[in-house]
Amino acid sequence: MKSVFLLEAFSVACFVLLNQVTAKNSEDIRCKCICPPYRDIEGQIYKQNVSLKDCNCLHVVEPMPVDGKDVEAYCLRCECKFEERSSATIKVTIIMYLSILGLLLLYMVYLTLLEPMLKRRLFGHSQLIQSDDDVGQPFANAHNVLSHSHSRPNMLNKVEHAQQRWRRQVQEQRKSVFDRHVVLS
Amino acid sequence: MDPAADPYLPYDGGGDTIPLQEIPKRGSNYVMTNGGGAPSTTTHLLDFLEEPIPGVGTYDDFHTIDWVREKCKDRERHRKINSKKKESAWEFTKSLYDAWSGWLVVTLTGLASGALAGLIDIAADWLNDLKEGVCLSAMWFNHEQCCWTSNETTFAERDKCPQWKSWAELILGQAEGPGSYIMNYFMYIYWALSFAFLAVCLVKVFAPYACGSGIPEIKTILSGFIIRGYLGKWTLMIKTVTLVLAVASGLSLGKEGPLVHVACCCGNIFSYLFPKYSKNEAKKREVLSAASAAGVSVAFGAPIGGVLFSLEEVSYYFPLKTLWRSFFAALVAAFVLRSINPFGNSRLVLFYVEYHTPWYLFELIPFILLGVFGGLWGAFFIRANIAWCRRRKSTRFGKYPVLEVILVAAVTAVVAFPNPYTRQNTSELIKELFTDCGPLESSQLCQYRSQMNGSKAFTDNPNRPAGPDVYAPMWQLCLALVFKIIMTIFTFGLKVPSGLFIPSMAIGAIAGRIVGIAVEQLAYYHHDWFVFREWCEVGADCITPGLYAMVGAAACLGGVTPMTVSLVGIVFELTGGPEDIVPLMGRVMTSKWVATKEFTHVTLAREVMRPRRSDPPLAVLTQDDLTVDELQSTINETSYNGFPVIVSKESQRLVGFALRRDITIAIENARRKQEGIMLNSRVYFTQHAPTLPADSPRPLKLRSILDMSPFTVTDHTPMEIVVDIFRKMGLRQCLVTHNGRLLGIITKKDILRHMAQMANLDPESIMFN
Repeated sequence: MKSVFLLEAFSVACFVLLNQVTAKNSEDIRCKCICPPYRDIEGQIYKQNVSLKDCNCLHVVEPMPVDGKDVEAYCLRCECKFEERSSATIKVTIIMYLSILGLLLLYMVYLTLLEPMLKRRLFGHSQLIQSDDDVGQPFANAHNVLSHSHSRPNMLNKVEHAQQRWRRQVQEQRKSVFDRHVVLS
Repeated sequence: MDPAADPYLPYDGGGDTIPLQEIPKRGSNYVMTNGGGAPSTTTHLLDFLEEPIPGVGTYDDFHTIDWVREKCKDRERHRKINSKKKESAWEFTKSLYDAWSGWLVVTLTGLASGALAGLIDIAADWLNDLKEGVCLSAMWFNHEQCCWTSNETTFAERDKCPQWKSWAELILGQAEGPGSYIMNYFMYIYWALSFAFLAVCLVKVFAPYACGSGIPEIKTILSGFIIRGYLGKWTLMIKTVTLVLAVASGLSLGKEGPLVHVACCCGNIFSYLFPKYSKNEAKKREVLSAASAAGVSVAFGAPIGGVLFSLEEVSYYFPLKTLWRSFFAALVAAFVLRSINPFGNSRLVLFYVEYHTPWYLFELIPFILLGVFGGLWGAFFIRANIAWCRRRKSTRFGKYPVLEVILVAAVTAVVAFPNPYTRQNTSELIKELFTDCGPLESSQLCQYRSQMNGSKAFTDNPNRPAGPDVYAPMWQLCLALVFKIIMTIFTFGLKVPSGLFIPSMAIGAIAGRIVGIAVEQLAYYHHDWFVFREWCEVGADCITPGLYAMVGAAACLGGVTPMTVSLVGIVFELTGGPEDIVPLMGRVMTSKWVATKEFTHVTLAREVMRPRRSDPPLAVLTQDDLTVDELQSTINETSYNGFPVIVSKESQRLVGFALRRDITIAIENARRKQEGIMLNSRVYFTQHAPTLPADSPRPLKLRSILDMSPFTVTDHTPMEIVVDIFRKMGLRQCLVTHNGRLLGIITKKDILRHMAQMANLDPESIMFN
């Protein structure tokens, strides 16, 4: 599955680069000031899109709820933090993740449900009896099918071979993890 | 004088003299040959006329590697490159590339680990919040990001904004009321179940090795074991995808252990790009050590803790060069993660808190209590989990992993939803528990303080209603503690990626916070007691329950996993404050106690070696007496992994050691490639073929697979020295000789059996790990 690996490596690289290259959305920075309750004023949160140097109580807390002489006391209790995020990174990440998940789901459905049905339709019922494994196993018919394939172009044969070898490996792994409980208890 | 009879001549198995340049090579594929029967002095160290047999020098699945052979292979490769360095500019560049390829591999590993960790964090947060609702304006934002720009958030309810709609609002159209509560409940369970089901199906169909935590198996791999496919591409992809699903489904598990596995997969995959690492198993493990440091670094945001973890826990063979490379990988990974900025505040971990509040001497008592709780919980959890895993292995219940996951996820979701502390993400819970209640906090955990701080002038507000008293959050926390303890026992060991660090920290944090609030209440209501009067003034908060939560988290983490220095390092980097290190270290030390092993009587090598008196004799091969048929029958009748080669049955003098796998591959290869090899062909391990009658079939030379320098000890060697040799050299077997004659063999398993026996036999010996 070299192609899958390359795709993944490519997407990871794109992801890292995109993060650096994306222009910062002006909505992605903010200064957040939290002011606790003061006398009879409720606690408040103030947010504004200001830059780092303007991120203090005087610039952000508007309208100021107290009068001139109390402003300093009020502002001393407030805590202002500058925060930034990258919404583009989040968007790209979620979309990439959902697409990989969707592809895997489709492939899983194909392997477990569609392929046995297709093979059964193409090669008839008699071939299925030959395998020892439980028919419920997803990859049981793979080995038999390979021997019946008529000559195809080399590339497709190679892909088919690689896939069969991978399936056998996964079946081995499944046996040692799920059946014999040798690894990973 | 016949060389065979002269005891002072070194015996090379044929030929009259040994050319002075000849140096026996261990397991190398280069053969010193002179192409004929006559001795010659022109053998060159690096000449090879026989091509190396493909497949020799590799290892079977579920076998250990030969550390000495791999190190020798690496030294040989390095020597070859260095000797060619001065020939041309191209060779010089190649030698530079070889020297720097190590740094390149760890850089790539750090980059990949950081990127994948960022992806996992962002995706897990989003999926987690998907259980509660969606952000209509931008579907890819989670709850916090959705309300980021809104101005409708208030001080008391920091999460409310109109863009974020819960499922009840979307489906029923109303946000409050019993109907919407039930709808929210139902949707929460539905999403949790579907995530768990997807996760276990993907693991089962594509990569069964992706389940579990991964750290124990990586420790095994790093100590020299081979598990094929454990660090492969499919395992990496499935582990990343299903880890997000498993965390989002609300199961009581964490993502730290799996992140180490992911990082090691990246390290393994990148090491295949460089033949220096892909062909040598020992060098590959150096890269994996660095990769595991990068994994811990992105999991906790603690690069130095990651290096310490790799050094203390995971690595078997850790030269100084690996220390620098591990640190570099950890830093690169942390830097990449920081630049992705998944949590929006330039922190690497959600629950980073800065603590600069002092603690008092009397608080050591509750800290020690928390330490004891951590140790007890660790022992209880380990025992219960092992019993449950044994039940899973032996009964039919273990045959339905998918059903098991769905059941556990359903129970978790059903019980977790009503309690606000278990409904939220575990990392967020830990953050809330770590954060101390100040005037800026308005979480439910801090509401009782408004009653307590009635004496403070500024917060005194006769119009504000009295907040709920302290019992409500305490009850909820106690229930959350019990729930988490029980569910973690059943969750760890499911066939989905699961880590243990976050649930342990959560349990410890909840327990710590409960203790902290209790002590705080005690100090408030009984401030005239002696202990409090000394250090606490009336009305001032001298107790910080958040600190208790941190100490509790460290205690439980130390109780369930055997980390000492790395645990302290990780917590140190999480909190950024050396003031709190003393209670943490003291607490960690109380749950560990190391003493040295003592033997009261000396065991010699001949008492441990095989064959024992009642066993059949040692299965050996003679150097030029065997036929292919006899060799194959010896291999088929026994199940040993290797056979010593001796001069002859009469003299029993040792020539070398040959591995079963290498012999099998060599015979197969000879059958296929060489003409005239038949079942009664003579097999010889010597330099020159033995004299044979004229009509005999062509003999088979197997000298290239023979290890000419096996480790030997005499039968009177004390076992402590033998154990030391095994440990330091990473041996798999060691031959025992007496007066130069082969007597027996000691394998790694015999050593382990001997050490276990020593622990039971000798009642005066004290051994902790």
